[in-house]
Amino acid sequence: MNDKPEKLIDKKGLRLDGRKPDELRPVKLQVGVLSNADGSAYIEHGKNKILAGVYGPREVHPKHLALPDRTVVKCRYHMAPFSVQERKSPAPSRREIELSKVIRESLEPAIFMEYYPRTMIDIFVEVLQADGGTRCAAITAAALALADSGIPMRDLVVACAAGKVDDTIVLDLMDTEDKVGSADVPVALMPNLNAVTLLQMDGTLSTDEFESAVNLALEGCKQIYALQKEALRTKYVSIKEENKEEAEE
Amino acid sequence: MATVITRVKQKQITQLIDKGKRLDGRGLTDYREIKIEQGIIEKAEGSAKVLLGKTEVVVGVKIEAGEPFSDTPNEGVLTVNAELVPLASPGFEPGPPDENSIELARIVDRGIRESKALDTEKLCLEPGKKVFVVFVDVYVLNHDGNLIDASALAAMAALLNTKMGKYEYKDGEVKMKPGYEPLPIKKHPITVTCVKIGDKLVVDPWLEEEQVMDARISMAIDDDDNICAIQKGGSGYFEPKQVFEAAKLAKEKSREMRKKLNW
Amino acid sequence: MPIFLERRQLVTPGDLIAEGEYIAGENTYMENNKIYASRVGIVEYETKTLDVVALKSFYIPRMEDIVIGTITEVGFSGWTLDINSPYPALLRASDVLSRPFRPQKDDLPPVLDVGDLVVAKIVSYDRTHDPQLTVAEPGLGKITRGQILKVTPTKIPRVIGRKGSMISMIKQETGCNIILGVNGVVLITGKTLEDEQLAMMAILKIEEESHTSGLTDRITKMLKEAKSGKEEKKNE
Repeated sequence: MNDKPEKLIDKKGLRLDGRKPDELRPVKLQVGVLSNADGSAYIEHGKNKILAGVYGPREVHPKHLALPDRTVVKCRYHMAPFSVQERKSPAPSRREIELSKVIRESLEPAIFMEYYPRTMIDIFVEVLQADGGTRCAAITAAALALADSGIPMRDLVVACAAGKVDDTIVLDLMDTEDKVGSADVPVALMPNLNAVTLLQMDGTLSTDEFESAVNLALEGCKQIYALQKEALRTKYVSIKEENKEEAEE
Repeated sequence: MATVITRVKQKQITQLIDKGKRLDGRGLTDYREIKIEQGIIEKAEGSAKVLLGKTEVVVGVKIEAGEPFSDTPNEGVLTVNAELVPLASPGFEPGPPDENSIELARIVDRGIRESKALDTEKLCLEPGKKVFVVFVDVYVLNHDGNLIDASALAAMAALLNTKMGKYEYKDGEVKMKPGYEPLPIKKHPITVTCVKIGDKLVVDPWLEEEQVMDARISMAIDDDDNICAIQKGGSGYFEPKQVFEAAKLAKEKSREMRKKLNW
Repeated sequence: MPIFLERRQLVTPGDLIAEGEYIAGENTYMENNKIYASRVGIVEYETKTLDVVALKSFYIPRMEDIVIGTITEVGFSGWTLDINSPYPALLRASDVLSRPFRPQKDDLPPVLDVGDLVVAKIVSYDRTHDPQLTVAEPGLGKITRGQILKVTPTKIPRVIGRKGSMISMIKQETGCNIILGVNGVVLITGKTLEDEQLAMMAILKIEEESHTSGLTDRITKMLKEAKSGKEEKKNE
């Protein structure tokens, strides 16, 4: 078992992984990674490795769940047994069921539900490796998968967490900081509409600390948003570049 | 399926709220009448019934001896479960807990756990081997809106009502002695839920307001005005400034309630 | 009031395209007098209408569309088809038989069975029910031979080309007959399998590179090179 570290922030003000309090972990995004899903995306955020796939809009099964005036969005957040230090049973845990719900509720505001009555959109998120902040990384990847599938959206949804560690408000908690720190505030945002679609918190924060944490998380969101847009563009820009080279030969 | 709310009613509710009024005459930040009764289930170690308007929730607390979690060998265990029993609403179906009852249980759990309301270190019998497990079971009997606040209140009231038998721990066995003592409770978290309707925040939504809302946000506040748990729910969104407004409201209303309840 | 982006710029959902007196066209939406993109695509506009040509989308039925579908179910008095859309399509037996359907006498599978391909037209569709098809018009009906290809429906116009220039060129170079379903399903019938596969390659390349320029020339070049390669092989 790992020993609890004494201090999470050292004398130089650096965290356990060398980051400054307002620094994000490295983020890598790829769009269109699965050939069967209508839309897909892969994210590496710190040590988190998460795959998101979207099917739909498609026929509703079972039929009685269909809604006459809008689409039904379903979401499944699931962690692979080997994703965490101690093997996790593949059966859905209560945490996964709650996260499936809040992730779905963070993405629904972006989808034009009324456009496709009597259909269903399935969002699947598989956590291959977890290291704190998986729900945020999951939302970031799932939003890209939705955009990749061609489902019309109001905006991309991007998520990031902030929290409190050793009396300091920090951005993007990794696993140890999440477990040992005194607060964790995951936030999801539709940046162009300034709309917060996910907000949770556990720990203890004064209202002022809470405000700082939320604002810091929103800043983190905006940084990751730029990477999301880049990932969507890259898929198409690289083809453009190839052809330009061919033409110049 | 839950009963559909008519468009006429939807409009009625939203138009009134836009003017700062509600169908039942309350102000936008007023709670409905709250009635709390403790000790209603004698066979449980602790119990409470809360009536929040017409929403009715009963919580029973049972205590058993068990094993601690490996990462907290010196602490007792708190476990919260919630059931949305079918008779409480036409929309509740029998079966294993669905995402709504799981979410409800976890929100109530977080309020109690993160505020450190229950001093779990005092529930240890033999470190690493035997501790007391506190089972908090939330039973929703009638759903007329704001199950979260009603359940959180009932859970806290039930814990405060709980009498643990006095015990002696010898040779790996828990031996009961005569007499009772209360649970070691340090804090009294109170959860306040607001919903967004139009661009207004409304506290303690009743059923039809929940059917009309954009989104809801619940915040658990402890005795020192700190926020311990937050959960946004619903398919809509909040602007950041509305989030901070909700935090202010939660602080205000929890203070009011704590004073009224004398917690 | 301005348009913030240039033509042919790549946008992602939520990108602000313009503000003011404009009309929100394809794959855009308006909120608070601002027009935003709702799909990944290329910005296009002539005068007041702003469109985004989506790089990927799916087919939503429209009246009068010619589509190519696959029979997925033989029902009691008709068939259900997959028309590459979130909505399944229905074809009534009476439409195919051109006379009233007699359940005791008429057997459906010999007429059309699961797996058969059909070119049909959408005769009825709205938000409350699935699309209905007809094959009772010239050029419609069961498909007996050829290759089927699926492309994202928004690319079909690019495959057609300006005034049909691209599709005519492909037909000419490969000698194939090509039917383009509005639903993104393409039927290619040629003299040889190689001709059909050549046409498929060309169309797939168009789908992948539709957002680039000089495409018609590149496709023509590719087809001519493939053909001359074949000629050389024949002469060896």
